[in-house]
Amino acid sequence: MTTPMDKHVLLRDEDVQDIRELAVYQANEGYAGWKKAVTSMKGEEVIGVVKDSGLRGRGGAGFPAGLKWSFIPKDINPKYVTVNCDESEPGTFKDHQLIRNNPHQVIEGTALCCYAIGAHVAYIYCRGEFKEPVQNLQKAIDDAYAAGLLGKNLFGTDYSLDVYVHLGAGAYICGEESALIESLEGKIGQPRLKPPFPAVSGLYNKPTVINNVETLANVPGIVLNGSAWYRQWGTEKSPGVKIFSVSGHVKKPDNYELPLGKYSIQDLLEMAGGSSTGLPIKAVLPAGSSSPIIPAVNFHAKLDYESMGTIGSVLGSCSWIFMDESVDMVWAARKMIRFFKHESCGKCTPCREGTHWALKLYDKMLSGEATMADVDMITTVNKQISGKCFCPLGEFSTSSMTFTLKHFRKDYEDFIAQGKGGSAAYRRELERDHHMHELHGQAKAHS
Amino acid sequence: MLNSMLKEKRSAEIEQILAKYPPERKRSAVMPLLYLVQEEYGYCTDDGMREVAEICGIDPTEVKSVAGFYSMYRKHAAGKYVIEVCDDLPCVLRGADKFIDYAEQKLGIKAGETTQDGKITLTTVMCLAACDRAPMCQVNLNYHYDLTPEKFDQLVDELKKRDE
Ligand SMILES: Cc1cc2nc3c(=O)[nH]c(=O)nc-3n(C[C@H](O)[C@H](O)[C@H](O)COP(=O)(O)O)c2cc1C
Ligand code: SF4
Ligand code: FES
Repeated sequence: MTTPMDKHVLLRDEDVQDIRELAVYQANEGYAGWKKAVTSMKGEEVIGVVKDSGLRGRGGAGFPAGLKWSFIPKDINPKYVTVNCDESEPGTFKDHQLIRNNPHQVIEGTALCCYAIGAHVAYIYCRGEFKEPVQNLQKAIDDAYAAGLLGKNLFGTDYSLDVYVHLGAGAYICGEESALIESLEGKIGQPRLKPPFPAVSGLYNKPTVINNVETLANVPGIVLNGSAWYRQWGTEKSPGVKIFSVSGHVKKPDNYELPLGKYSIQDLLEMAGGSSTGLPIKAVLPAGSSSPIIPAVNFHAKLDYESMGTIGSVLGSCSWIFMDESVDMVWAARKMIRFFKHESCGKCTPCREGTHWALKLYDKMLSGEATMADVDMITTVNKQISGKCFCPLGEFSTSSMTFTLKHFRKDYEDFIAQGKGGSAAYRRELERDHHMHELHGQAKAHS
Repeated sequence: MLNSMLKEKRSAEIEQILAKYPPERKRSAVMPLLYLVQEEYGYCTDDGMREVAEICGIDPTEVKSVAGFYSMYRKHAAGKYVIEVCDDLPCVLRGADKFIDYAEQKLGIKAGETTQDGKITLTTVMCLAACDRAPMCQVNLNYHYDLTPEKFDQLVDELKKRDE
């Protein structure tokens, strides 16, 4: 199966060479939606068309974008737009491609969001490790200013807009919207209590829209061509197109842009060239480490928000990590727990301590010292995390344990019964992690 | 007397950074300013952090807690070149662990350590959003993709030459 989008909506760098350059972007309808909005539409009209398009947030939760924008109170100023380019979920690399290769579309979408809600300042919050691709984004912003597309009195109107990039510094939790705001305010990135939601009290306690990079990259086309145009793709409840980051044991790991609801997981696997190892694919994580793992028997499910729900998983950030039969789920779960233990912000005890104990249990298994009692202990630790955490990260951390146990309990039983722990490879892995931790392990804020 | 090396050497950049945020919200500049400190001093030194605190009008302990929270702010000097190899799940499925074995052997150090001449630090890191090009690494935050032992040899040779 080949890639079904002969003309991309988002990954347009795959169709148009050098679209990262302003002149090329403009020659391909770039900033036409922006000009149309500022010169001929009211903010509410922009919100209206985005609402009608049914565009849902692409950062994970799938919340309708237009609806989110409509929550912004009119009478409180200033208002802010913060763009979420923290992209740190293992397996996700779509926003990276967008800011690197199609940055103007991200800027135009950001600008349209600002205009829609009446904001005059936007911050694009990029993970600090994006320093190199951010050079492309910053150049695009500079070029847009120079061309009069950003800045003061745009298109001869009294509307002015500034767009800035703000770099994070290595903390997955800053992808969570309220932690992102704290970080942007110069504080440690710990989530805020909600409500109030950012729409009412966000950055500097002002009304704030937070959207993912990919969400906003959809907006220029929607404003220029209308909601019906966008709805030519996707389903009633999952309209439009979505980028699927595909990694792991496939021949062609890459970003794939697809209409929602049309293709199945199996189709996606085939587009990516199928198994790269010759071994059958055992399972896939559809949204990185945070998501319930999907065993191959469910690969018939269609790729949209609803269908993923019916097989007990999520569309989420759409980072598809395929794993072949050789992957031991005990090992895979440990990798994921290691991530969450590292990234727990330390604000609340169940998550901070729970991920610590969970990793200890998995380390014990890998080192060959565990018994089935330790496997049962995982469920106990899970119960102490689940439902007790301040933000979703804690809950995410339980997915890897809960769902590998649910679908691949035999891996755990065999691991213990056959004494798989303690192998030279596992010992080396544990040693490396412990050595790194000793030298660079950071003291997380405890509050 | 308060050291103000940052202000003397990087005043234009400091102004540029501060201009991004509302004048009464200078604290927002803490993170970009800490990057300047790191560039200037090699890591987040006490002097540097004090200067940031002064510029932002907050307490030095608050700057310290920010520097402590985020993993990209270094608390100690590192090698001139920091090679960060991703060993998160998707990359390891594509051979990152074996690649790190090779890198350790080539450099004669373990992940986390710095070569004796102080030039190269090797570390492992969590997902860097380039899992389709694994094994991959960043060298002083520049991406290097589809790594092989041969490519790594070239990379290391080039880094060594850069200093001659
Ligand atoms: C722990 C955690 C990490 C997150 N990381 C990201 C991220 O890297 N990028 C992102 O866009 N959203 C992330 N989110 C979701 C955001 O909180 C928020 O829902 C999203 O940015 C809203 O934008 P959207 O409606 O356009 O999806 C994360 C959420 C949590 C709980
Ligand atoms: S659940 Fe974890 S990441 Fe979220 S606030 Fe609590 S400690 Fe921090
Ligand atoms: S897992 Fe290595 S870059 Fe994503």
